[in-house]
Order: sequence, then C-alpha cells, then structure tokens
Amino acid sequence: MNIIEVVNLSKNFKTKKGFISAVKDVSFNVKRGELFGFLGPNGAGKTTTINILCTLLTPTSGRALLNSFDVVSNPNEVRQSIGLVFQEPSLDEKLTAMENLEFHAMLYNVPKAVRNERIKYMLEMVGLYDRKDDLVNTFSGGMKRRLEIARGLLHYPKILFLDEPTLGLDPQTRSHIWEYIHQLRKKEDITIFLTTHYMGEAENCDRVAIIDYGEIIAIDSPFDLKKEIGGDVITVVAEDRDKAKKTIEMEYNVAVINNDEGLHFEVENGETFLPRFIKKADFKILSISLRRPTLEDVFIRLTGRHIREESAEANSVLKIHARRLRR
Amino acid sequence: MSRNFMGIYTIWLRDVRRFWRDKPRIIGATIQPALFLFLLGTGLGRGIVGAFGNDIQGDYLTFIYPGIIGMSILFTSIFSAISIVWDREIGFLKEVMVAPIARWAVAVGKAFGGSTVAVFQGCLMLFFAPFVNVHINLTMIAALIPLMLLIAFSITSLGIVTAARMHSMQGFQVIMNFLVLPMFFLSGAMFPITNLPKWMDIFIAINPLTYGVDALRGVILGMNNYPLIMDVGLIAGFGIVMIGIAMVIFGKRE
Ligand SMILES: Nc1ncnc2c1ncn2[C@@H]1O[C@H](COP(=O)(O)OP(=O)(O)O)[C@@H](O)[C@H]1O
Ligand SMILES: [Mg+2]
Repeated sequence: MNIIEVVNLSKNFKTKKGFISAVKDVSFNVKRGELFGFLGPNGAGKTTTINILCTLLTPTSGRALLNSFDVVSNPNEVRQSIGLVFQEPSLDEKLTAMENLEFHAMLYNVPKAVRNERIKYMLEMVGLYDRKDDLVNTFSGGMKRRLEIARGLLHYPKILFLDEPTLGLDPQTRSHIWEYIHQLRKKEDITIFLTTHYMGEAENCDRVAIIDYGEIIAIDSPFDLKKEIGGDVITVVAEDRDKAKKTIEMEYNVAVINNDEGLHFEVENGETFLPRFIKKADFKILSISLRRPTLEDVFIRLTGRHIREESAEANSVLKIHARRLRR
Repeated sequence: MSRNFMGIYTIWLRDVRRFWRDKPRIIGATIQPALFLFLLGTGLGRGIVGAFGNDIQGDYLTFIYPGIIGMSILFTSIFSAISIVWDREIGFLKEVMVAPIARWAVAVGKAFGGSTVAVFQGCLMLFFAPFVNVHINLTMIAALIPLMLLIAFSITSLGIVTAARMHSMQGFQVIMNFLVLPMFFLSGAMFPITNLPKWMDIFIAINPLTYGVDALRGVILGMNNYPLIMDVGLIAGFGIVMIGIAMVIFGKRE
C-alpha cells in the first residue's frame, strides 16, 4: 500500500529574474513503513517538494496524496497525518521544551488525558526528559533537533518528514540522530521520508530517489542503484597518468574518469582483477585501491558531477550562524 | 470547528505566556508612556493650557492621560502583531502553519493574544490616575476594559495585516515612522483636535485611534468630540474589516 503518491508534480517560483522551476514533473510512491530518502545537492528541490507535501506550498501542477488525502483539497487531514522536522530550526526558544511540546499537542488535538503521558514518552525517547523545564535557548544544536523529532512524533503521525535532519551537526551528534531514527522504526508504525545530501546517510534508506535540478534521475534501493555501477570501483594513481589511462581503456574496454584523486574505473570481481592487473601493467603504479561503489559513484555516473558536500554544508552552517548572531 | 477554537486558544496562550515571562518588556512598555505623561506632559503643560483655551478643561496632565492610555495600547498592540515577523524569522511560524487548524484561526489567535497583552498594559496605566488628579471607580473600570479590548483588537488586527507579508524586521522602522507615530500624533492624544489646519483634519478623521482616544477620554473625563456610540461603532467596524483582511491573507497559500 502506498502512503505517499506523487504524480507529475511541478513547482515554479516567480522571481525578479523570471521563473524558477524548482520541481519538474516529479512522480514517485512511498510504501507504508518505508524509510524513503531524497538525495540531491543543495538547490535540487528537496525542500520545495516537502513543502508541497506538507501543505505549505501549493503545486503549480500535478497531484500528491498522503495517507490518501489530497494536499490541495484536504490540507487539514494531510497535516494531521504527518509530522515534520524542517531543515531550519522551528522551535520557540523562549519557551521550555515542555511548553513547545504542549503547544504542539494542543494544536494537533492530542487528547488532554494522554497529553502529558505522551509528551513524557517522547521526551524520554530522545533523552531530554530531565531538561523538560529548561528554555530551549539553553539547548545545543543536537538537542534542539532531537526535541523537534520528539515534537514531530507527538500526535501519532503516519508519516514523519525529516528535511536534512543532521545538517550542521557534528559527526557524533549525527550518528546519535541516526540511532533515534532506527530506534523509531522499530518502536512505531511509521513511514519516514527524509532528505539529505550526505551519500552515507542515504545508504540507510530502503529506497532512495536521486534528485537533481528538480528532477528525479533515479529511484531504487541503494543496493540496486549501486548494482548499476557494475561491480567495484578501482582507483589508480600512476606516474604517467595519460599513458595509464590510455592503456587501461584499451586493454579492459572500460571508461576511465580522471580527477584529482586519480583514475577511476569499474570492474566486476575486483579482488581477482587486481593481481592480474598489477602483474600486467606496463606503467608505474604509485598506489591502488579497491572499494565497493557508493551512492556518490552513482551520482557521478548519472550527472558527471560530485554532490559537493562541503560547499553545501558550509553555506547552510553560515546561514544558521548568521541567524544566531542576529538574535 | 472546536479544533479551530482550540487553535486560537493555543496561539493566544503562547503569546500571553511569552509576554508574562518577558518582564523587562513589561517594565519598558510601562515606563515609556509614563515618560510621555509625566515629563513631556509636565514640561508642555505649563505653557500650553492657555494656548488651547477652552478646549482643555483643567490640567494638561489630566487631559493627556486618556491619550497616554491609548498610546500604550497602540504600541503594545503593534509590537505584538509584529511578533509574527519574528516568528517567521525564527521558523516557528511554519510549525503553526502546518498545524491541522484553519489558517484564519492563526490570525484570530494572534489578534486575541496581542489584544490581551495590550489591555494588560493599558490597565497598568490606570495606576497612574492618582498622580494626574483623576479618580477612577469600579464602574469606570467596567466600561474601560471592554473599550480597551475593542481598541486593542482593532489595532492588533491592523498590525497583523501589515506584518502578514513582511519577511524581515527591517520593515519595522517603516511601520514605526509611517503608521504608528502618525497614528499616535494625529489621534488627539497629546492635543485637542479642534481648530487644526484642514489637511490635518483629514488624517485625524481617518485615524481609528482618534475615536479610541475620544472614547477613553469620554469615559474617564467626560470630554467627548463625538458621541460614544459613534466612537465604538467606528472602532469596531475598523476592527472587523482588519481582522477579515488578516484572515484572508493568512488563508492564502503561495
Ligand atoms: N520561495 C522561493 N522563491 C524562489 N525560489 C525558490 C524558493 N524556494 C526555493 N527556491 C529555489 O528552488 C530551488 C530548489 O530549492 P530547495 O527546494 O530549497 O532545494 P534543496 O532543499 O534541495 O536544497 C532552488 O533553486 C531555490 O533557489
Ligand atoms: Mg533543502
């Protein structure tokens, strides 16, 4: 059963320079209980898609059903069915953790009889119960994120949206957040829709849609996406790069990508290939490595570009920082 | 429907909670009108009364006192409404906008929140009465509170309409200079609105606060330019139009 159905969804923004097509004719389904990921670089249209699905934006064209409710004609039913953690912080920092959750529970009609119980349960799940009466502005970035996750789950949503849930967090906190996500899947009957531009995180998903310039260019399980790559990725650093490239291409009939890190190509059964390759090579090899393909390789194969993790991250960290300063 | 009432109540509760927690703001919002009343009022009062002739009966401080209450309501209402822009900047508005309540209920909740807070500030002003030779009794208070609520609700709604499409606090100065201060100066709060140049008459006539101040002065001092019923009718009418516009703007999705 599909809990999310999206058909030919598009969104244009009017700007001073003209129209921007942020989402172009996107179609996909998410099955109930799935951990579904949107993977794509900054500006690919991930947040815009989520904003349409959560009824913050109306689509320019196309349709989206969540929990079988239409986002345009039944916004209230859609809203009741979903929990959200936005890309940017959305807590009231002048209220306590408890008050933020109370506010949410009241807006979402969580019955008074179970309200406190539920808040306690969620706060304990994200390990913030002992900080419940502290103002949110005393929390670290990771704690705020956890509180937002707790808040998003408070009203028993069918679907939880996580828009770049680990953006701007340090690696340790990031892996903590992931622990919560996995834990959550075990405990609750919930579908999770998350976006990320971290390849590694996308590997955790049951299925991934790779999105670039507003279009879905591939959609499948990480395993099947990587299978497309055809085996293992070999990276060779050779003394005479050009000669090596030419030789490999001729000898093994593979496409070689030449970049700063070296020469990359794909082979099946890398373990048995390597000894033969080294023995036969008539150029000097400085180093050689073998690895299983990652989603990054899939992205490069599909677009010819890296996903530019660093720049995307630097930008958003700056933005969050600037906001804090203004306060 | 009950859902939307709950939503309105929740949004109201948050605004009141935040206000109550922010004691420096309460103190600041009390001191500012007090400065106008006691410093400006005393300073100007010495020479001014003669110039206004019979338009002011008695003391200048007494005359401006209801105007200062109006000022306190005006400023508090607008500040509260502008907090929407702040909520948008910190991202909290999104949390409200994706909640399963009608969007118009968000506008109404904000309007009630802002007006409650403004009435509270207005009531604090009543403690200054003995210092300006005004005697306030319980019947007066019983009339003043609903009147203040009406004024506050109308002005908060106006503020919400202004803030609804604002995306940064930079617009705040503009609102201050082109809306709030002119409304205050041209309301009859600080001087009688009789015998003024023609061009000013127009602005005074279209200023909703004019009728608010007139009604307050009527109840507190028994001095009216217009019948009380007209004051109340015009403020209420203005308020209904403003909250209506606010509800429509909030209802729209981009
Ligand atoms: N409100 C808006 N007005 C104009 N352009 C927008 C707006 N929101 C997003 N965009 C543009 O749409 C594109 C997709 O943005 P977004 O969905 O935020 O990408 P992502 O979340 O994948 O980083 C970007 O080019 C962005 O500049
Ligand atoms: Mg985004």
